[in-house]
Parts: sequence; C-alpha cells; structure tokens
Amino acid sequence: MTTVAHAPTKAHHEPMSFWRKYIFSTDHKIIGIQFLFVSLSFLLLGGLLAMQIRWQLGFPGKPLPGGGILPESMVSGGVILPEYYIQLVTMHGTFMVFFAIMPLLMGVYANFLIPLKIGTHDMAFPRLNMWSFWLALTAGFIMLAGFFVPEGAARAGWTMYAPLSARPDLSGASYGQMLWCVSIVVLGLSSVLGSVNYITTVINHRAPGMTWFRMPLSVWALFITAILAVLALPVLQGAAIMLLFDQTIGTHFFDPIAGGQALLWQHLFWFFGHPEVYILILPAMGMVSDIIANGSRKPIFGYHSMVFAIVGIAFLGWIVWGHHMFMSGMNPTLGSTFMVSTLLISVPSAIKVFNWMGTMWRGNLRFTVPMLNAVGFVSMFTIGGLSGVFMAATPVDMHIHDTYFIVAHLHYVLFGGSLFALFAAIPYWYPKMFGRMMSETIGKWHFWLTFVTYNLVFFPMHILGMGGQMRRLYDPTQYDFLKPQQPINEFITIAAFSLFAVQLLFLFNFLWSLKRGKKAELNPWQDNGLEWSLPSPAPHGNWERAPNVYRGPYEFSAPEAGSADFLPQHVKLPTDRDPAAATAPASAH
Amino acid sequence: MHWWLPPAASTFAGPIDGLFLAIFIITGIALVIVEVGLLWFSVKYRARPGRKAFYTHGSTRAEVIWTSIPAVTVVALGIVSNHYWVQIKGRDSVPANAYAVAIHAKQFEWRMTYAGPDGQLGTGDDFTVRNQLHVPVDRPILIHLSAEDVIHSFFVPEFRLKQDAVPGMNINVWFQPTKIGEFEIGCAELCGMGHYKMRARVFVHTPEEFNAWMAQQAAGGSE
Amino acid sequence: MNRRLFSVIGGALVLTVCSPKDDGAARAAPATPTPSEETQAGGTITGKIKFTGARPTNPRIDMSEEVACKNKYPAPPTAETVVVNANGTLANVFVYVKAGLPAGATYPAPATPVLLDQNGCRYHPHVFGIQVGQPLNIKNSDPVLHNIKAKAVKNRPFNVSQPNVTTTPTVRTFAQPEVMVSLECNVHGWMNAFLGVLPHPFYSVTGTDGSFSIKGLPPGTYTIEAWHEKYGTQTATVTVTGTETKTSDLTFAAR
Repeated sequence: MTTVAHAPTKAHHEPMSFWRKYIFSTDHKIIGIQFLFVSLSFLLLGGLLAMQIRWQLGFPGKPLPGGGILPESMVSGGVILPEYYIQLVTMHGTFMVFFAIMPLLMGVYANFLIPLKIGTHDMAFPRLNMWSFWLALTAGFIMLAGFFVPEGAARAGWTMYAPLSARPDLSGASYGQMLWCVSIVVLGLSSVLGSVNYITTVINHRAPGMTWFRMPLSVWALFITAILAVLALPVLQGAAIMLLFDQTIGTHFFDPIAGGQALLWQHLFWFFGHPEVYILILPAMGMVSDIIANGSRKPIFGYHSMVFAIVGIAFLGWIVWGHHMFMSGMNPTLGSTFMVSTLLISVPSAIKVFNWMGTMWRGNLRFTVPMLNAVGFVSMFTIGGLSGVFMAATPVDMHIHDTYFIVAHLHYVLFGGSLFALFAAIPYWYPKMFGRMMSETIGKWHFWLTFVTYNLVFFPMHILGMGGQMRRLYDPTQYDFLKPQQPINEFITIAAFSLFAVQLLFLFNFLWSLKRGKKAELNPWQDNGLEWSLPSPAPHGNWERAPNVYRGPYEFSAPEAGSADFLPQHVKLPTDRDPAAATAPASAH
Repeated sequence: MHWWLPPAASTFAGPIDGLFLAIFIITGIALVIVEVGLLWFSVKYRARPGRKAFYTHGSTRAEVIWTSIPAVTVVALGIVSNHYWVQIKGRDSVPANAYAVAIHAKQFEWRMTYAGPDGQLGTGDDFTVRNQLHVPVDRPILIHLSAEDVIHSFFVPEFRLKQDAVPGMNINVWFQPTKIGEFEIGCAELCGMGHYKMRARVFVHTPEEFNAWMAQQAAGGSE
Repeated sequence: MNRRLFSVIGGALVLTVCSPKDDGAARAAPATPTPSEETQAGGTITGKIKFTGARPTNPRIDMSEEVACKNKYPAPPTAETVVVNANGTLANVFVYVKAGLPAGATYPAPATPVLLDQNGCRYHPHVFGIQVGQPLNIKNSDPVLHNIKAKAVKNRPFNVSQPNVTTTPTVRTFAQPEVMVSLECNVHGWMNAFLGVLPHPFYSVTGTDGSFSIKGLPPGTYTIEAWHEKYGTQTATVTVTGTETKTSDLTFAAR
C-alpha cells in the first residue's frame, strides 16, 4: 500500500481577534481544549447527580442535606421524590455517556492528538470541526434544559425504553423526554461531523513515512472508533426522531396501542448502544498503550496483534447487541446466537490485557502519574471485562440482568476503564496543551485515593447484584430479601462521597496548574511521538513543514538509540533513508 | 447479610448457581494471573539506576497461547450455557403438565389470574388476585406473562427467574418451585415512578394447602 | 455569519428553556367575599337520592400486600363503588347545578382549600367537589407510596407521588369545569376517587342519609344533575322563586 501523504504547509493568517483565536477557532488543538473544559464540567455534573442517587440509596427517605434548594416537584420536605430519583438515574447515565466520556475521548483526544501524531498541521475540514464542538455544546444545553421545564427531565433510564419513554401519560414527563430526543439528534450530528474529519485526516494527511503500521495505537484506536461512530450514531438519531414523533405527532412506532412494537426501540438503541460502548473504551485503550510503552521504556508488546484486536473488537461489536436483550422476550434462539458472539468478543480484549502486561515485563518502569493511572486502567478494566463473562452466559444473566451486578460491570469498564485512562491521558498531554506540567505530588495522591475509594464503591455492587438488588430502585428496603444488604448500600454511599471529594484534588490540580504548574519542556516524558518535537504548548499550524517519519512509535531502549532509552519517530539516523515525498501537492488551507 | 446468591427455591437454581460458580472460578483464576502479574512486574521491573529495559516487539508464540486458551475456554462455556438456556427458555421446553397462571403486569401492580374450578384459563370461572402468586410445590408452573402499559419484568430472585413483560406480547415463562414458603417478586425493568413499589409475593404450598386456597378463592374472592 | 449563528442558537435555547405556565401550580385566590357568605341568602334545593332493586354485595379489599394499611382496619374493608344506606338511599352521589344560573354570573374561587387525604390506602373523601381555581390540598397519612393520578380531560392531567406521610400537602388547582375528574393510585389498584370541578359553589355530595342540599340559589329555573360512578346520571328541573326550599328526589335503579 503506497503512502498517500500530504505535506501541508503551515497556514498563514492575518492576526486573529480573541474571538477567532480562542472561541470560534478552527484550530484542532483549541477545539480539543474547548471540548476538555466543557466535558469536564459535564463530568462534574454527572458526579453531583450520582451523589444524590447514592444519598437516597444509602439513606432511603431521609432528607437530603441542602435539598431545600431544589423545587417541591423534585424534593418534598427535603426527601427526594420517586419521580425525581428516576430523573437522576436517567440524567446521570445520559450526561456521563454522551456529554462526559464520549467527548472526553473523541472530542478532546481525537481532535488534539490525531494531527499532531500523524504529522499534519490540522484536520482535513477545520471549519466542520468547529461546528462539531458548537453542536456538542448546544446539545448539552438542550439536555440540561430538561431539568427546568414543566414536569422535569426525562426519566426512563439513559436507555430510554419505550413505551415508557414514548407515553408522557405513563412516564409523567413530556417536554423533558422531547428535549432528550432533540439533544441526542444534535449530539449525533456533532459526532458524525467530528468522525468524518478524523477518518479523512488519518487516511489522507499522514506525514511522509507515517505508514499505517507506524501509527501509534492511540491513533489507530481513535481512527477505528471514528468509523464506529459515523455508522452507529445515525441509528440512534433515527430512533430518537421516531421516539420524538411518537411523543408529539401521534405515530406509534414503539407503542403496541396502535400496531407498534416495544422491542423495536431496544433493537435500534442497542444496535447503536453496543458499538457505543466500544467507542467509549477503544480510545482509552489506545492512549493507555502509548503511555504504558513510554512508562515501561519498551516497545508495545505485540503491536500488530494490538491493531488486529482493536479491529476485531470493533467488528465483533456490531453483532453482540442482543446480549442486552436476553430477557426481553425476543426469540430464545437469538439468545443463543448473541451469546456466542458476546463470549468471543472477550478474546481480543484478553489479548490486549496480556500484551500490556507483556510490555511491562522486563521493562524499566517509571511510575509517573500517567503510568500509575494507565496500569490502574489495566487492573480495573480486567475486572470489568471478566464480570462481563457472567452476563454473557445467558442462564446466569437470568438472575443478574437489571441488577447491581450490571451496574458494577459498567462502572468498572467506564470509570475503572475509560476514566482512569483519562486520568492518565490528561496529565500526559497537558504540557503539550498548556505548556505546563500538572503537579506530580497531587496527581499521586489523587491516583491512590481514587483507586482505593473507587473499589470500595463499585466492588460491593457485585454482591448487591448477586443478592438480587434491581436497578433504578428508589428504595431497596421495600423488599425483605434486600433488607439484609442495606448496610452494603450505606457503605457504598459513604465511600462514594469520599470518592467524589477526592476528585476535587484532580479539579484543583487541573485548574491550578494552568497558571502555576511547572513550565514544561519540549518532551517531558521522553516519548517518541511526533507531537513531542513541537514546543509546549504546540503552536497554531503545528509544523512549518510536515516532518519525515523513519520508524514506529515505540522504539524505546532500541539498540540504535545509543545511551538514550527512546528514539523519536522523526529523528533521522545515519542509516535511515528519507521516505517518499508527498504524492499530493501541498495546498494552503 | 448475604454475601452470595439467595437461597435456592427452584429447579433452575442448581444449573444456574453451578454455572455461576464455574465462571467465578475461571474468571477468578484469570483475575489472579493478571492482578498478581501486574503487581509483581510493577515491583520487579521498577526503574533503577543503570537498568535497561529488554528491547523486544513481542512473541508470536505468546500471542497464540493467550489467544487460544481464552478462546477455547469461552467456547466451552458457551456450549454448557446454551444447553441450560435451551432447557430453561426454549419455547419447546415447557413441561407438558405445567400448571398455568396468567400474570398481567401494569403500573404498579401484578394481576394474577387463576383458572378456577374448571381448571381452564380463559373461562368464566377464572378469578384474579392482586400481587399474590399461589402455586403448588414440586410442579412445573407455566406463567402466561403480559403487560398493560409499559415494559415490566417478572423477577423472583430465589427461583433465579426473570422475564420481561412486554405490552403487545404474550410471553411464556416456566419454573418449578422446590421449597414451601413465601418468596418475593420484584419488577426488574424501570416502569415509572412506582417501579420500586411493584412488590408481590409467591406462596408455594403443599398440594393440600393449595387446593384449600383455591376453594376459598372460588367461594368468595376479593377486590 | 458567526453573529447570526449566535442569535439563532441563543434564541433556540431561550425557546427551549421558557415554558408555558404550569396550570397545576397553586394560585392565590382573589380577596373577595367567600361564597359561604353569599349562600346564606337565596333559595335551597334539597332531596334524597333513592335506590331501588337488589343491593349489590361489595367485594372485600385484600390489603395483605400493604401491611401498614391492612393493620389500620379491624376487618378487611369493602369497595365503595355502590354504597346503599340503611334507609335505602345512595351515598357518594354528586349533585350539582348543571344549568340555570344567571348569565354572566361569576363565583370567585374560595381561598380555603379542599382537603383530600389518603389514609388506610383509601381516599377520603371518595366523591367530592371543588371550584375552578380553588386549591386542592392532597396529603398522605400512610407511611407508604401513593401516587395521585388525576385523569382529567378538560384540565391538565397530573400524576404526583407521595412516598411517605406528608409534612406539607401537595397542592393542585383546576382551570376548567369538569364533571368528573377521576383520581387513582396505581400502587393500590382499588383506590379511586371522583372530583367534580365546577365554576360555582352549588353542589352537594350525599352521605349516610342519602340527602343533598344546595343553598344560596338566586331565583331561576335550574337543571340539577345527580352523578353516580356506576349508575350514571339523573337530571331534574327545579324552579326557585325566592328564599324557599324546594325538594326534588331522584332515583337510581340497580343494574
């Protein structure tokens, strides 16, 4: 395969106003930073919603401290009402999945890293990229508006099962449900536009010498994820529009009251939803690969296997959606077929875990904050992945479906997985974003306290689920079989408050270091990626001329490196030959 | 305080709990390998002055080993799981002599309809009871599950039994209780603000008690 | 171009956030003389609602699955669908003036609220009336979840929960006349109540003696309607000339 490379020249602008430079920017790095600030805010909001959920679960019916600021329709006499509780669980899931984790991985790191790591000066379509951010922000505001409309926010779970979500007379929410649908359609558009950019840029704009198999795994993962997004989000958009029509103009796609089918929503949602969860993990895995190789001072173990595993996970991800529907009433034969594909998808993930371990084996491990969090990712993701095996076995799923076992699983992969990966990636690329380092000391405290409190919160949820505690349950003490487990709920609640408090360390570190962090050098982690050849922070347009690439991204401790234990991709050794010149003419953007 | 699965009260619990334990052991072994491995590597290979990492790009042999072992394991797991899945949920697997009760789920209660003295569901002497499922022990019970308004889910933890009740669909689910007593039913699919309050009870009777209850209901039911 | 974009997005956001007035919220009643003062003067229509035919047996309500409510009764209560009094009259009949009031007459909503209580998993009262704009205070005296679902057609329906004994009541008002709005609890399927929303205070609900009494009517010819949840409606025409009391009995027959 020939390298279609593009050697762009740096764009030259007249001096830009503050608004053009920092607010309505088409620079992929600024857009990535905009996504970062907005998504971290939504992450904080999601956490605040979770704290209220945990209060009610730990102390059912007790007045919420500070609950007086919320209106009577949500909190009565200080006590969270059942209809508010189900809004909380719905919006916690919705904000965390769509407005925190997904944009933190894609909106931030696909945008920031791809052009830098493949050696080009910006995305293929910079203006479209800017639209992608503003659409995401708009969608976030529309979703937030749900709390402020009559009857309040959507409340059928983040999975929005119909007919509950289609019938305001049955759910009690009308405008809030509609706003959820509208917000999702807008967010879907943002994702699709972003993904089109990422895919095109990776295919067409790699620097000379940056062959497919010299791309860092972070870029591979972001590229494959973008393909998943561009195919999956439109399905959700379509379903959301159909749901909106059921709510507003009298269609009955999902309501059997006039010929619709309730299960249709589930098939559409999960056909999107399963690729979505791989969208939420693959970029995390890619960035963790880069960070573990760097922290181990060794090439990633099994680079090609790692690439094939990413592709394998992405491909298999399209044919497992029915495992969310084993108990739905669909034909049991489908339960058998989806079980097979679901069990198989654990294999590429296992391959990746063993390869990360292989990377650390006989390495020279530097436990910086990013490396700690990356190893923490491997450790926690393993638990999350293994708990998935229980659900994949359909007879066992009969007991644990829609219980806290599932909640434990999803939080181990999304928090223990994706969020720990972000706790690694944020300090890692912070110097290239802001020109300063985050505090290592605060970072280490944050990692260890988070690691401990996080496991205290989510591990006991497996036990709650085995005991049969259902999801989205306002008051477990209504059931005799759950009363004995209530002390576990209390324990988890206390641990959760501690976990949330610890995150304030991260927030402080992030904000304080913007102005007071140690000034960053060019390549503080002694990494091989192309971005580390640029100043910290990276300048607008990145390079004057695209760099030449002579090797893969993980040549740590290579013999050719001599006394250094790293060898950047762009450094030319006497034995290296220049890659083929760009075949496409350079064009000014 | 429960630390494991609830006490077993149906014939499904044996296979399901057994499968759970088998998966627990297999995943437990994998977990120990990974976590101990990570910890050991973190200590043994931590950076020290003068150390150099071992430069290698991988090992095809290692890839083959750690691909094939998980693959073979999950395939085996799948075969065993599917065997029980077909037994439990297969549409042809309902025992012929099952005692039938119709359960209609609605916001926020369960309505159980019994066949009445003529033993046939769907006839004039059927009677309906709220939130109480009465069944005889050691007999297969067939539930005709339906839903009035939104999706609910019929869940009896001690029977290891769960089936979504979907409006517009009539779904069959069967079980065989093995213990006399009272067990709780919970709704396992978010169905609105009263979801948490959709609690009902299963009463598993001796044959004599069951007949006595049926006779009492036929004589004068309740609202 | 960016400026135009901003105003479009800003406008859209403003439109999503601004909401139509919530009709369910309590509204302060205007400070006018209460109708009770006005009903001292004027004519009265009174009567009994008779019941003919075999008394139906009301089924027992089994509250075994809600122990906190079950324990409030020495013996299981019976359904309230048809309550025939000892004297052969019917209780829980809503009698009201359907037509005949002077054209253009308005009757301001009283500030005193109508009280609805949930106690022992029953609504108290079972049938009652309220004026347009008058507050309905709903309280829960049971330590269990009740939801109050108002299946209104002309008014805005609502569905609110009260998961425990209330410290403050939930308040709702109705903007349109509607006979009758049915109220139900979905957690306890036997619980229901019926509410007549009227633009005037001329209504009465029969009790244990089966009689109704509508006071303070100006002179005129009135159509009164008696509504029963199972037996439907019966009407009668009564003329009032001054401050006299007119009697008009109505009869429902067993079906």
